Amino acid sequence: MIKTDILIIGAGPTGLFAVFEAGLLKLKCHLIDALPQAGGQCSEIYPKKPIYDIPGFPEVLAGELVDNLMEQIKPFQPGFTLGERAETIKKLDDGTFVVTTNKGTEHHAPIIAIAGGLGSFEPRKPLLENIADFEDKGVAYMIKDPEVYRNKKVVIAGGGDSALDWSIFLADIASEVTLVHRRNEFRGALDSVEKVQHLKNAGKINLITPAEIVGLKGDGKLEAVMVRKTTDAVEDIILEVDNFIPLFGLSPKLGPIADWGLEIEKNAIKVDNTLDYQTNIPGIYAIGDVNTYPGKLKLILCGFHEATLMCQSAYQRLYPDKKYVLKYTTVGGINGFDGSKKEAPKAVVKAID
Amino acid sequence: MTDIKIKITDREGVTHEVDAPTDMNMNLMEVVRSYELAPEGTIGVCGGMAMCASCQCYVKSEHNLPEKSDDEDAMLAEAFYVEDNSRLGCQIRMTEDLNGLEVELAPES
Repeated sequence: MIKTDILIIGAGPTGLFAVFEAGLLKLKCHLIDALPQAGGQCSEIYPKKPIYDIPGFPEVLAGELVDNLMEQIKPFQPGFTLGERAETIKKLDDGTFVVTTNKGTEHHAPIIAIAGGLGSFEPRKPLLENIADFEDKGVAYMIKDPEVYRNKKVVIAGGGDSALDWSIFLADIASEVTLVHRRNEFRGALDSVEKVQHLKNAGKINLITPAEIVGLKGDGKLEAVMVRKTTDAVEDIILEVDNFIPLFGLSPKLGPIADWGLEIEKNAIKVDNTLDYQTNIPGIYAIGDVNTYPGKLKLILCGFHEATLMCQSAYQRLYPDKKYVLKYTTVGGINGFDGSKKEAPKAVVKAID
Repeated sequence: MTDIKIKITDREGVTHEVDAPTDMNMNLMEVVRSYELAPEGTIGVCGGMAMCASCQCYVKSEHNLPEKSDDEDAMLAEAFYVEDNSRLGCQIRMTEDLNGLEVELAPES
């Protein structure tokens, strides 16, 4: 079982910054995120888009902001459980909590900070009536282990970066890769589009555009997909395949957290904004886009503020007898759990002759 | 500058006639959110970057809308329930010539 002081659910900018503020108070953090990488929406939806309202940064790319936060919190050695979704919570007799993920990983902490944004990102599934019958029997919405596709016939659908990048990657592993997209144009890094073009010319990727997958066939497992060209009224193509990987992006769902007994309003968790962003369950806080209170603004900079106050409250909860005096980082420096030290250089005192 | 009237049919099929300001740099997705015609978290997920299609709507009236940008076009190419009259609400700015606009929200996906 993973043990920590503050268990943060959601590794977006707010959750990451909470690690820093907790670190200043010598509290250790562990983060859970359903996505395979840290950064939340900033990494998943718009890593290359600029943000203009981070104080002190006239312009910063969302992906860079995440990189900076990861660098900033490094001295406080946060733990990560990535690619797993927080599923259940149990309150123990001593008031501490155990949170278990969908893969059964258990986390034990006295304080829970939900920084879940709009929820955990779930793959968007194409509207094919029997698709659920083939899930894990040839149909997958995410690629976890590319080796599964070695020497298999694979069809990928989608027109974004992940469809392009996985087509390129699997071209070397699978025996056959077909990429199907509704348009002739792809929206992805130019470099990836060009690579797919090369692989297509070399006969390593079979490209069918503009077209879409309209049917799945198989007995117990996927055996073929039906591809319909969207331009001319030709007959559907029946393509024999072992695997179908639809990559149509992800959409956030509040998910299991909605069943944790927390007060929910408008798909967000109600918190006490007059004090510390605590929920109706003492010891569980909600910070960033996932919470709501009168006047709430879903801004990264507001999440940073909420994370800071939450950590103070968590400290008081853990050490009710200790008096805490705020110390500026310029004065106190940064004392990492890894033994690293950062401090303001001392002024040079030198007499003038 | 004045308000315009637009008709929005929500995902339950109920039509609402609402006033939309043209002087606040608002788009259709934001109008829907300000009147809470779709639950928070189910519309405008990406905030209006044409990157999620949660604000997809069908345009029912004959208004001349601004051309789709490449971003919008590409996003619609990956969305579900797309029809010929599909647009992303976040890419439609409220202007006076859209008075009387009629739209229907696409299903959540």
